[in-house]
Amino acid sequence: MTRRQYWTGIIATVLALVIFVVPFVFIAFTAVKDKAQASHLDFTWPLQFLFWQNLVDVVSTRNYMLLLAYFNSSIITVGAVAMLILFGAMVGYVLQRRQSRWNKVIFGCVLAGLIIPPAVVPTIWVMQGLGLFKTIWGMVFIQVAYGLAFSVLLYRSFIATIPRDLDEAARIDGARPLQIFLRVILPLLKPVTVTLIVVQSIAIFNDFTNPLYYLPGKENVTVQLTLFNFQSQFSTQFNLLFMNILLVTIPPLIVFIFFNRQIVAGMTAGAVKG
Amino acid sequence: MQRSPYPYWFVLPAAVVFVTLFLVPTVASLWFSLTRWDLYTASFIGLDNFRQFFSEQNLTLGLGNTVIYAVLTSATKTVCGLLLAVLLTSGIWGQSFLRTVVFFPVLVSTIGVGITFTVLMHPTKGLFNVGLAAIGLHGPGWLTDASLALYSVALVDLWKGVGLATLIYIAGLAAISPDYYEAARIDGATRVQQFWRVTVPLVQPATVTVITLSLIGGLRSFDLIWAMTKGGPGFSSDVLASVIYKQYQAGFYGLSTAGNVILFALIATIILPLTWWFNRKEVDL
Repeated sequence: MTRRQYWTGIIATVLALVIFVVPFVFIAFTAVKDKAQASHLDFTWPLQFLFWQNLVDVVSTRNYMLLLAYFNSSIITVGAVAMLILFGAMVGYVLQRRQSRWNKVIFGCVLAGLIIPPAVVPTIWVMQGLGLFKTIWGMVFIQVAYGLAFSVLLYRSFIATIPRDLDEAARIDGARPLQIFLRVILPLLKPVTVTLIVVQSIAIFNDFTNPLYYLPGKENVTVQLTLFNFQSQFSTQFNLLFMNILLVTIPPLIVFIFFNRQIVAGMTAGAVKG
Repeated sequence: MQRSPYPYWFVLPAAVVFVTLFLVPTVASLWFSLTRWDLYTASFIGLDNFRQFFSEQNLTLGLGNTVIYAVLTSATKTVCGLLLAVLLTSGIWGQSFLRTVVFFPVLVSTIGVGITFTVLMHPTKGLFNVGLAAIGLHGPGWLTDASLALYSVALVDLWKGVGLATLIYIAGLAAISPDYYEAARIDGATRVQQFWRVTVPLVQPATVTVITLSLIGGLRSFDLIWAMTKGGPGFSSDVLASVIYKQYQAGFYGLSTAGNVILFALIATIILPLTWWFNRKEVDL
């Protein structure tokens, strides 16, 4: 390492600490302050560390609403990601293996799914007709519909690297199409599957707009909606508001620590090939 | 005839969900945008909703703001992302730590970021203005000044999103063969020349991805603006997505849907020519 690289690194680190780390330290500090000190909104060392008390206060607000929110968000995330994996892999598999004019139609749908903003009110109208509006399952299907395009693209390009000979061999051994897919192909897709699980769960867990539209109602709260609603509830209790932000920030932080590599793979997919 | 080992019914589960919850509403929106609608009965009123969108001042303002916001965030993310990526692949001290720190905001809840920065941008008590006062400057009302609010939100969007652009550029830079740089050095190119003549042209696929992704995201963006200003003060930081939500809340479903159609048309008129232009340029290379 040259002197120049060393000093540039030091300066960049100091700048990054100020620009990118200070806001997070601010969240952590404010979250453990008492009510009076937090209301100053300043960036100071906490006089008291009320971590546990603030945590209990936030969780028990409005009859333990935050716990219900975590429960709902978890169900939506797990349900939607499971379907995105299975359905996305099935489409990607057929799309890559079979050449026909239907492929153009499917590709058109994938592009549409990536570009077109969802038509909100007509979607509510359809969901009401099907009895899916304001239901957790309705929300799961919405996340599947909006996330499919990305899943299909990622799986299709990965399946191209799996030799067809494997499908052939399984077929000669007498396996039926579904067996070939579930027993031979799906296990080989594990790297992409892990990437997709990580990237999609973070996106769905952090989603605010879609639950706001499609999942109104007190019993249907999700984590992001609770945080948004607490903004007015805690307008004089900034310590509790920031404790809530801290709680919402921790799950992605944990995922990030364990799955850094997969996240990078998912986010940069397609960046190089264009 | 032998049956294919890749049956089309594999597409069925995905197709059912996608068609009912995405394609049908999208097609239906074209009809409902031409109606006065309360979710149960729709009465045809021609292009009145669109006329209203382009004549009412707060609605046209939202349209203009959408373009400003998208172009501004996309341009700054592209430039900052490329510069950061070059810096973070140059072998400086603390490189992997810096990559982590720059990227982490991408994964954090937008609402959480929005609330945090609303507090940090508080006109008198916020860290922004307290910091500026410490060096003798009088900070503006970041979110309370109507002429500034949209740009303040865009700044936070840059803070949150630049990590993704950087990450994509780092992947793009890794794909450039070191031979090009060596050849340039032998020919006596300076660092600046290497950047403009080697890095910028060869990293183009990553640039296309960054610009396209951030433009689409910027045109559709809603949650950060909603968490920070709710389109205010007044209507000064309203964008199409927040107008759509406000009209929906007010019960003007036809008007809200017309907003959706306009947003779709706007995205298509910006993204499609851009993609076509990028593809043509790629052939030239």
